[in-house]
Amino acid sequence: MQNATPIFLPIIKIDNENENVKTFYIQGDIKAKPGQFVMLWLPRIDQKPFSISDCDDNQFALTIFKRGPLTEKLFNMGIGDKVGITGPFGTNFSLKPDTNYFMVAGGYGAAPLYFLSKKLQSLNSHIDFFLGARSDKHLLFLDKIKLLSNITLHVATDDGSAGEKGFVTQQLEEKLAAAENKNKVLVCTCGPELMEKKVLDLSNQYDVDSEISIERYMKCGFGVCGQCCVDPIGISMCKNGPVVNKIIANQITEFGKYHRDKSGAKIFY
Amino acid sequence: MLQTIFLNKKFSNPIVVASGVIGVTGASLNRAIINGCGGVTAKSVSLTPRFGHPNPTMIGQKHFFLNAVGLSNPGVDEAVKELIEFKRLSSAPLIGSIFAGTPNEFAEVAEILCQAPLDYLEIDISCPNVSKEFGEPFAYTTSAVEIITKKVKAVSNVPISVKLSPNAWNIDQIAQAAEAAGADAITAVNTVSGMAIDVHSRIPILSNKQGGVSGPALFPIALKCVYDIYKKVKIPIIGTGGITTGKDALEMIMAGATLLGVGSAIYFRGEDVFMKITQEMEEIMKAENIKNLDEIRGCAQ
Repeated sequence: MQNATPIFLPIIKIDNENENVKTFYIQGDIKAKPGQFVMLWLPRIDQKPFSISDCDDNQFALTIFKRGPLTEKLFNMGIGDKVGITGPFGTNFSLKPDTNYFMVAGGYGAAPLYFLSKKLQSLNSHIDFFLGARSDKHLLFLDKIKLLSNITLHVATDDGSAGEKGFVTQQLEEKLAAAENKNKVLVCTCGPELMEKKVLDLSNQYDVDSEISIERYMKCGFGVCGQCCVDPIGISMCKNGPVVNKIIANQITEFGKYHRDKSGAKIFY
Repeated sequence: MLQTIFLNKKFSNPIVVASGVIGVTGASLNRAIINGCGGVTAKSVSLTPRFGHPNPTMIGQKHFFLNAVGLSNPGVDEAVKELIEFKRLSSAPLIGSIFAGTPNEFAEVAEILCQAPLDYLEIDISCPNVSKEFGEPFAYTTSAVEIITKKVKAVSNVPISVKLSPNAWNIDQIAQAAEAAGADAITAVNTVSGMAIDVHSRIPILSNKQGGVSGPALFPIALKCVYDIYKKVKIPIIGTGGITTGKDALEMIMAGATLLGVGSAIYFRGEDVFMKITQEMEEIMKAENIKNLDEIRGCAQ
């Protein structure tokens, strides 16, 4: 049993990440772990899942891209305004000491991986952070990541406007090929599904451990409605995911091929 | 110990996942079998795809669960494929489920869903969450229940069970009407109509305003309905509504149920709740010297 009825919590700080992305800091001790999500409800508008991009004893952060009625309304809200929160829900990325993390973030996937990096600061693990986006304007959390220690940042953009021109998966492959102590490597990824699939394939090819955040259309958030169950193993991604390890991800044959819409019909990539 | 015969078919145990919970895909239904169900009920499907109501559609509290999903489903044609997939993955008994806005449409959806390898077909005439669209549930009116039961029975190639509403004050008479019209079984009950209000925003939490209450709060209501129906009909009953523990399950059998639908209990006790319930049933049966479920079915009169 989980916190499954919305409670209203105030926004205490708002950061502008770029033109269409803001980070909302919300007051409350929800004890969230990196990779988990909450449902955010604005009465009379909608309720949707959002990944948590930071969390401590007093507050948590949601980094949100403006793209519909719910987020548009949220972008017009200010400090002190309250939002309805349920959760946190789902599984999280592993926090392991003495590990060489390879984090592969595409677009908004940087949010939970930044949170993970921050939580690793006290664990003596090194992080290679592969941050990719369409262009320099779309790179998320670049400045925040630079402030962390034990972290090497690799940037790639589709158009070459920042970092290398190309894909983060190419950079990952080069580093994986060169990596020593492959049993100390943990690849974590969050981003567009086809990028994630490539990351999973690379972790199989180079025989390193990996954890993947798989997004599916979620309705309830606590494993009851069955809307986010994946083929052919039938587990729900809101409860047994969104973060799954390589062994589970390899069993999800629909991964990288199709997902389901809110009616339950298959949508192929 | 728990083996159950329901309309001439064998179930390894009487627990079936109730319609609307998990149940969207063949793979997820198979997951319920892996987690200990004796059989499964698929999510209700309609002639054409539906997105359902906007969120919030579900909330959970200590003693109840409240939902107004609004019967989202990919439509009966896609559902047939999912149920074929279920039977490829599992040999456990499968109950399909349908709903529609008119009696003729019920028959139309039934005919298509019967192309899937069903063992039974459940007719959902009692969802409390779509009244704005379809009017009050058919399960409130004896004449509507008769017409729909007859129409579906005429086209179905498998036994049919009619799912009734605890909001019908005369649910036992409604069950009799369904039996007289040709129903092979009764599923009792659907969720009971209810709501929750958010004190901060001063509005109902569910976007549909009202929803269906399930979970432990529904259990005593469902138990009484099954008890009343058992006295009035000869056909078997799928007792559903708030069953969360092995003790609940045995109470429901003592009220007269043959199969037991379990749904929201997943929220309260996890996705392996089916296994937990059957284990608890066996423990109680041993302690109480109950050898099989036939021995106690309907005993509490």
